[in-house]
Amino acid sequence: MKTILFVEDESALQKTFEDTLKEQGYSVIHALDGETGLRLAKEKNPDLVLLDLILPKMSGFEVLEELKQDKATKHIPVIILTNLEDMQNVQKAVDLGATTYLLKSSYRLEEIVSKVKQALGETPFSQ
Amino acid sequence: MYGILIIMITFHDVLAQLTFNDQCRKFGIPLWQCPHFLFFVMGMLIIVSILIAYALGSQLVDDPFVVNLIILGLTASLITIAFIITHSFEKLAEANRLKSEFVGIVSHQLRTPLTNFIWALDFLNTEAKEDVTEKQEGYFHILEANADRMKNLVNELLTVSRIQEGTLPLYKQEFSFVQLVNVVVSEFSPLIRASNIKLVVEGGSDLPNVYSDPARLRNVVSNLLDNAIKYTKKAADKSQNQQEQPVITLRYEARGDKLYFEIQDQGIGIPRNDEKYIFQRFFRSSNVLKHETQGSGLGLYIAKSIVEKADGEMGFHSEEYKGSTFWFTVPFATHV
Repeated sequence: MKTILFVEDESALQKTFEDTLKEQGYSVIHALDGETGLRLAKEKNPDLVLLDLILPKMSGFEVLEELKQDKATKHIPVIILTNLEDMQNVQKAVDLGATTYLLKSSYRLEEIVSKVKQALGETPFSQ
Repeated sequence: MYGILIIMITFHDVLAQLTFNDQCRKFGIPLWQCPHFLFFVMGMLIIVSILIAYALGSQLVDDPFVVNLIILGLTASLITIAFIITHSFEKLAEANRLKSEFVGIVSHQLRTPLTNFIWALDFLNTEAKEDVTEKQEGYFHILEANADRMKNLVNELLTVSRIQEGTLPLYKQEFSFVQLVNVVVSEFSPLIRASNIKLVVEGGSDLPNVYSDPARLRNVVSNLLDNAIKYTKKAADKSQNQQEQPVITLRYEARGDKLYFEIQDQGIGIPRNDEKYIFQRFFRSSNVLKHETQGSGLGLYIAKSIVEKADGEMGFHSEEYKGSTFWFTVPFATHV
């Protein structure tokens, strides 16, 4: 069973998406702030990280940067899941090594699940 | 005769400007800071000062010191008023900026609870699909449709706020406009069929590529087509002749260094009095309200702003109860 780490401070969003992913057969761990997210990523070595950008204690960008600088976590695909849509943020996330950047409010749950499957290599990747 | 008419209209406009209390209340600033009032005071002061200077000047021609002192005093008061006017303009500009910023922040903040709502609805939809009754499913559809409506409105408000702040980004690239139209048409096909409307597309497939932001331009075409369908259907529903199938025509062609595109509908049209306001923010034609169609009154404002920001033009012509034609131009990549 593949493990997904979901770093999201909005607990209602986190619960809905966690339930959805569990139904799809994934094991889900979650963190409500960036610091915990980074620690869990290093401890549990998940198959995928879903990362919000505006987070307490440590921003999503900082978490992403640290994950991609650490040899042990560098390989983990990271999907940015945020409501910040400015191009500078998208570019910054891509430059730091994010697999893809999704605007939460523009995607339905099933579309995000399909992006998760693509990032995990379970279905072919499409933009 | 024509000259008199113009003078009367101008005089009427001037009189309308003199209702200071109404004018200033709109801006939410006191009378002494209101540009309309201050300009009036300044104008009166200039007239009075010229008259006083003339009267005193002719009497005190032997005492230039007193005349100079009076002129100096009047000039100082004019400078003070001019300073207050400049300051109040700054205040108005700042209020406008804050308003756009406020709309931007509120729209952005609304996105999180809205996403919560939409995702929870999605989850319930997949989870409880088998157990829900037909009646409950109907309510699910109402929730979904309204969540989508709210999402679109929030997105539109954010776009408007960015247009106002001058920070709406355009990611321009070369692409085929014909292909873009085909994608939009296929996206709208089910709605067009369901609305019993015939869609005609006229234009050559050999047009050169255009240079613009494909995602934003797609929104513009979608918005215009959505309006055309909505109002054509409304007109058809009210028409006595239910047999005749209404037609929406999409045309594109090369016009000089730009591509010209238009959507002609057989909708309810726009009343002549409303024509000058049609691209204003939040404007909804009296005709539209009468026919009870939904909309935020932001779509056409956004569409025109995007087209113009991408070096094109946008316009329309319309006849009430017969239909409207909205058009825009977009530069060819070869001419950029």
